[in-house]
Amino acid sequence: MKAARKVFGVPLPACWLAPRTALPAAVLVVLGLVPVYAAATGDPFALTLFGRIEILAMAAVSLNLIMGYGGMASFGHAVYLGIGGYAVGILWKEGVASGFVQWPVAVAVSALFALVVGALSLRTRGVYFIMITLAFAQMVYYVAQGLDRYGGDDGMTIGSRSSFAGLIDLNNATQLYYLCFALLLASLFLVSRLVNSRFGLVIQGTRSNERRMRAIGVSPFRYKLVCFVIAGALCGLAGALLADHTNFISPAMMYWTRSGDLMVMVILGGLGSLFGPVLGTVTYLLLEEALSRVTEYPGLFIGPALLLVAIFMHGGIEGLFGGRRRD
Amino acid sequence: MTEPLLQVAGLTKRFGGVVAADAIALDIAAGECHAVIGPNGAGKTTLVGLLAGEIAPQRGSIRFDGRDVTALAVHNRSQLGVARSFQITSLFAEFTALDNVALAVQAHAGHSFRFWTSARAEAALREPALQALETVGLAARADARVDKLSHGEQRQLEIAVALATKPRLVLLDEPMAGLGADESARMVALLRRLKGAITMLLIEHDMATVFALADRITVLVYGRVIASGNPTAVRADAAVREAYLGEQDARHG
Repeated sequence: MKAARKVFGVPLPACWLAPRTALPAAVLVVLGLVPVYAAATGDPFALTLFGRIEILAMAAVSLNLIMGYGGMASFGHAVYLGIGGYAVGILWKEGVASGFVQWPVAVAVSALFALVVGALSLRTRGVYFIMITLAFAQMVYYVAQGLDRYGGDDGMTIGSRSSFAGLIDLNNATQLYYLCFALLLASLFLVSRLVNSRFGLVIQGTRSNERRMRAIGVSPFRYKLVCFVIAGALCGLAGALLADHTNFISPAMMYWTRSGDLMVMVILGGLGSLFGPVLGTVTYLLLEEALSRVTEYPGLFIGPALLLVAIFMHGGIEGLFGGRRRD
Repeated sequence: MTEPLLQVAGLTKRFGGVVAADAIALDIAAGECHAVIGPNGAGKTTLVGLLAGEIAPQRGSIRFDGRDVTALAVHNRSQLGVARSFQITSLFAEFTALDNVALAVQAHAGHSFRFWTSARAEAALREPALQALETVGLAARADARVDKLSHGEQRQLEIAVALATKPRLVLLDEPMAGLGADESARMVALLRRLKGAITMLLIEHDMATVFALADRITVLVYGRVIASGNPTAVRADAAVREAYLGEQDARHG
């Protein structure tokens, strides 16, 4: 458990060679080298695929913060992908092309929405919490469907990517890819600091035993709410990035099945382990990609595979490599 | 005469038709070890729940340190200095023993909206926590996860967590529950050491323990106080003998 805490914490070198850090390290190195592979083979598809994986991994990391560490199983987390994406798309449509405006708006609106949803849902638990988060997400989905000016049900192509005043050019596929990569790393670093801070221990303690948390003198609600808002904001940023990555927004970004996908990625990788969501996302999306090339019904194979994970692998993929759940 | 630390008056709680607390009156002076005894179903754990703030009474009042706390939530009472141990061990199972205690220290060291530095690296949290573990004799197991501790060690940890909040009153709900003879003896020795320094309300089944530790004893039967006083007086009380001790004596002898 000690080694786990240090994976992305400060004393990293001390446990650098442990088997459980080797896998995340290998995955990160591979992700970092994708542009090299793409350049060598002249295959830009790899950049697109892995850039997308990194963005969704970021969303999964944010979901893991509330679901894995905080025990808050939000079933509407994709709504923040949608909110972030629509913030970018709507602002572009209205003539605001600067990423310095688009992205902060995406994050701020996501955070605000999370504040409202959290304030109403976090007083409930279990099935009720899941239903409320789902209901809010579906509400936004239907609102997006009704926004005819922004493509309605069909979605809208965004004419130009967010501009960052020459600082970084998102139209350059390699630069865009490394931005996704850097933001994923930053998200992991952020979560690693959060979960080991005083705040993070309250969040994890509350998940573990809320009654005991109250008995030692802490009212968990405000902490859970702040955690919920942080996760929403982080996922909103992923949404903005996703819109820039695909040049496209549509209500499908936040359909409830997308929320389900995010949950699956987190659980597949290992609930409440720092790097688990990344492993889960990489595995899930690559599996989906590979299967879609050989069959018309990838779900037919992914479904049973998930079932096996749920039944036999409680720690997810991360757990297979000596990790422990929810450290 | 100084005011008692805890003053309970007319405390009443009904669950449906069952009266779990029937106009309970109880005073505990600072520094006192006050035992509450009574047969199963007497309402002892309900009383702890009422005092800790987990259960809201229908009637009556609780004053702590001269302040009416009847309507205060659990966490607010903890901040005022009311700590408790649970009858059925209730800890952060995935955390280490030290983490459990350090979190209790943290809970009483200002708000926890600190997002960046590692709480496990804060000496201000770890050192008092380690001290509390030493007090209960668990320092050697500081880094063991709670679910790897024996039942007896978990009971000790319950006490350490309560102590770490620097309580003025500790509600001990059957701290000896499920302990073997040796472990029980160690727990009694621990409570004896804490006696005087910390005000205690002790719920306990074992008569030998109660008479060894308590300064005063309150006897509950069906949610009602049938006797309260020093051990000698309670032992001699006719109603107590009939309702409770007699039954024990008969069983033991």
